[in-house]
Amino acid sequence: MSRTIDAVVSPTQTNTIPADISGQMLDLDEDDDLEVFSKDSTLADGNMFNASMPTSPGSMVNQCKFEEDEESDSKDIFITVDNPESHVTAIETFITYRVLTKTTRSEFDNSEYEVRRRYQDFLWLKGKLEDTHSTLIVHPLPEKFVVKGMVERFNGDFIETRRKALHKFLNRVADHPILSCSEDFKVFLSAQAWELTTYKKQGPGFLSRMGETVRAVANSVRGVKNRPEEFTAIQEYVEDFSNKIGSLDKVTQRIVKEQKEYLEELKEYGPTYTLWSGSEEELAEQLKGVAGCIERCCKETEEQVGHLSDTLVPVLHEYVLCAETLKAVLRRRDNIQAEFEAKNEALATKKVDRDAESSDLGFVWGSLLGKNPEEARHQRQERLDGEIEELKEEIDKLEDRVEWANNALKGDWGRWQRSMRGDLKSAFLSTAEKNVDYYEKCLAVWETFLLSQRTEPSEETDRDNTP
Amino acid sequence: MMADSGPEEIAVIGNTDLTSAELENNIKNTMVEIEKWTSLLRKMEISVGEAEKRTGKNTVNMQEIYTVYLIETRPVDAVTEGIIPAPDSLWRRYSEFELLRNYLLVTYPFVVVAPLPEKRAEIVWHKLSADNMDPDFVERRRVGLENFLLRLACHPVLCNDKIFYIFLTEEKGWKEMVYETGFQAKADSRLKAMNAAFRVKNPDKRFTELKHYSDELQTVVSQLLRVRARVADRLYGVYKVHGNYGRVFSEWSAIEKEMGDGLQSAGHHMDAYAASVDDILEEEEHYADQLKEYLFYTEALRAVCRKHELTQFELEMAAQDLASKKQQKEELVTGTVRTFSLKGMTSKLFGQETAEQREAKLQVLEQQIEEGEEAVKEKNTESDEFVKTAWIDIEHFKDQKDRDLKEALISYAIMQISRCKKGIQVWTNAKECFNKM
Repeated sequence: MSRTIDAVVSPTQTNTIPADISGQMLDLDEDDDLEVFSKDSTLADGNMFNASMPTSPGSMVNQCKFEEDEESDSKDIFITVDNPESHVTAIETFITYRVLTKTTRSEFDNSEYEVRRRYQDFLWLKGKLEDTHSTLIVHPLPEKFVVKGMVERFNGDFIETRRKALHKFLNRVADHPILSCSEDFKVFLSAQAWELTTYKKQGPGFLSRMGETVRAVANSVRGVKNRPEEFTAIQEYVEDFSNKIGSLDKVTQRIVKEQKEYLEELKEYGPTYTLWSGSEEELAEQLKGVAGCIERCCKETEEQVGHLSDTLVPVLHEYVLCAETLKAVLRRRDNIQAEFEAKNEALATKKVDRDAESSDLGFVWGSLLGKNPEEARHQRQERLDGEIEELKEEIDKLEDRVEWANNALKGDWGRWQRSMRGDLKSAFLSTAEKNVDYYEKCLAVWETFLLSQRTEPSEETDRDNTP
Repeated sequence: MMADSGPEEIAVIGNTDLTSAELENNIKNTMVEIEKWTSLLRKMEISVGEAEKRTGKNTVNMQEIYTVYLIETRPVDAVTEGIIPAPDSLWRRYSEFELLRNYLLVTYPFVVVAPLPEKRAEIVWHKLSADNMDPDFVERRRVGLENFLLRLACHPVLCNDKIFYIFLTEEKGWKEMVYETGFQAKADSRLKAMNAAFRVKNPDKRFTELKHYSDELQTVVSQLLRVRARVADRLYGVYKVHGNYGRVFSEWSAIEKEMGDGLQSAGHHMDAYAASVDDILEEEEHYADQLKEYLFYTEALRAVCRKHELTQFELEMAAQDLASKKQQKEELVTGTVRTFSLKGMTSKLFGQETAEQREAKLQVLEQQIEEGEEAVKEKNTESDEFVKTAWIDIEHFKDQKDRDLKEALISYAIMQISRCKKGIQVWTNAKECFNKM
């Protein structure tokens, strides 16, 4: 069941509170989005600031070229995340985001959906996708809290940054040929709040999940013995990439910090010229001119820092998280192979057991129980044969699993590299462009001032003329 | 070059490499300008060339290292004959410059004497060393000392001073000469007067205003220089952090195939960007020095105002003294005691004086009155003379200040333009590299 929207949602439409948020209120498991925001529902204005972000799936059709260009020709699903709203209950306060979907895909009953989701719903979706497709590369989610304190936790900027990241996450999933077909993804986009809650409760029970975890830990402790060369190469690359992107993230944040401190001093600098002009006659105008130039440069600097924070910083941060995702994917692949190897070893051991002479102890024991030694040996052989057959079946399945996992990863790896290049290239390009623009604007400010000085008659000629 | 002489700009020949043609042309311009005042610069080129370190014993017989500066002079005429002879030269240290300036301050109290460059680096930003031995600081001081000499040489009054001339031309014995002038005694009394507290009843309003102006100027320019230094500090940080991009891009390019080239070259541009700030801020330091000169000028302005106050005070004291003597005479003559005086009290207590005593006193008073009137006349003339000459110099100073600072502000704008252009270039290059990624 879902609600249809009568018309394409216009960019200015805000504040549509879904009729039933009761489902949201019962969600108390995690405190990921237990954020005490100001109880101000004008947070909906968040999306107004961002003129460049498409605020409806409809407007996104025209802007799809800003997303992944590979699939833009065949894009059949458009998703936007916007309109953050805070919800206050007696127990907690949290934010929900509106998720709008327009699609022509046949697996969806309708062509348009509008739902509200909170951060922990996104977390759930990511978890499910990773469980189901353990060696595919899922785009990272924004973090729960920003530890470094660069972005304040409880203000509009934080919400906006998170909203953009959530938007990107869903679109990356939608662009993925395999992940976008996931049933969990479909439910996430289309189900009403209470439906989602019900759906979430299905799936493997607690105990079976525990069992899987234990096995995963055991496998990772054992380690993989014969990792294919190409995956070792990928792992080495991921290590290096992780270091480099981490450094870039730090450097960029440092630049933002230095720029902000520079701006603070600059703001005090202009007024000193104005102050001076108050004591002067001939020089007053010129001093005020310089003060004005500095002030205008201040504004440009502020804009430039803002751009850096909005464009480059989030992308670098995203790829820091990506690096961690990649490491996890490689680990999971290794674990799958480790499990397969372990079973193979078990098989070999069993075979050795079966083909070995019966031990004296077994013979003695059997004779104590009054068994015929021949019969005992035969029984034992039968039992081991059965077990070996079972093992062989399991090993076949595991072998398939390993092959599938490796192929999935290989395929996704190329895809990831391409989109990484695209994302980082465009972020750096945008930064460089903005910096050029910044210096051009400042140049114009000072050149205008200089021009105004040079067109004034010089002191020398003036003196000749004045009595 | 900021020094000039009088209303017209003459070619100031400082420590630059001019071709002989340019020199000729400069001299022609010089000769063409008809000036009311003579200028030493018409007669000789002055420059402060190099700086060297010397060791020696100081006044408390301890080893010290100090810097000496080479002063080179050459008569202007010598050049027109087509041959450029070697300049005469001698070495002077900073303390000798100080001595010269103190001498001039005392000898010409109505002149706004150009200030010396800083003895120690005061308002600096963190990268600049506050060490007196730092080569950059020494270089900037050299420029400042040259500027100081040129300003003196352009000054209509100071340029004719003998002590100044000998400072430039004779290394040995100059110090003794200065002390022989006896200026030290005047210097001491001047210092006392500067620090004394007295109230003037009728100061010339213009001097009062000038004193306020110089106080204001000192405050605003100090503040400006301090903030500028902080801005420079921050700007340095911004540029230098970009150098890290250079390093990381370079390392990252090693593990990338397609992006490698683009990243590598972008990294080079980031390094260039980070390195560019050194020259940018060095240039700005010269701008700061121009402002500092006028910051230090305020002290000279205040000195002239103070001298006026002192002169005016002495005049008022003399007049007051005369008035009181006249009053006393009148009382003696008429026998009335209008004002309280010890004489009046004692005469009341001990009886009136004899006629002879009165006569004697009267004569003394009349003598004193005559002397007093002379003194007042003298002081009046002195004061008028001072006000007149000082005010000419002050007007001259104001014009010079407006011209120099206007030029400084323009050069500051030019510096900013240059920095912006460099920024545009670097980031345009970087953008192209990113495009190749």
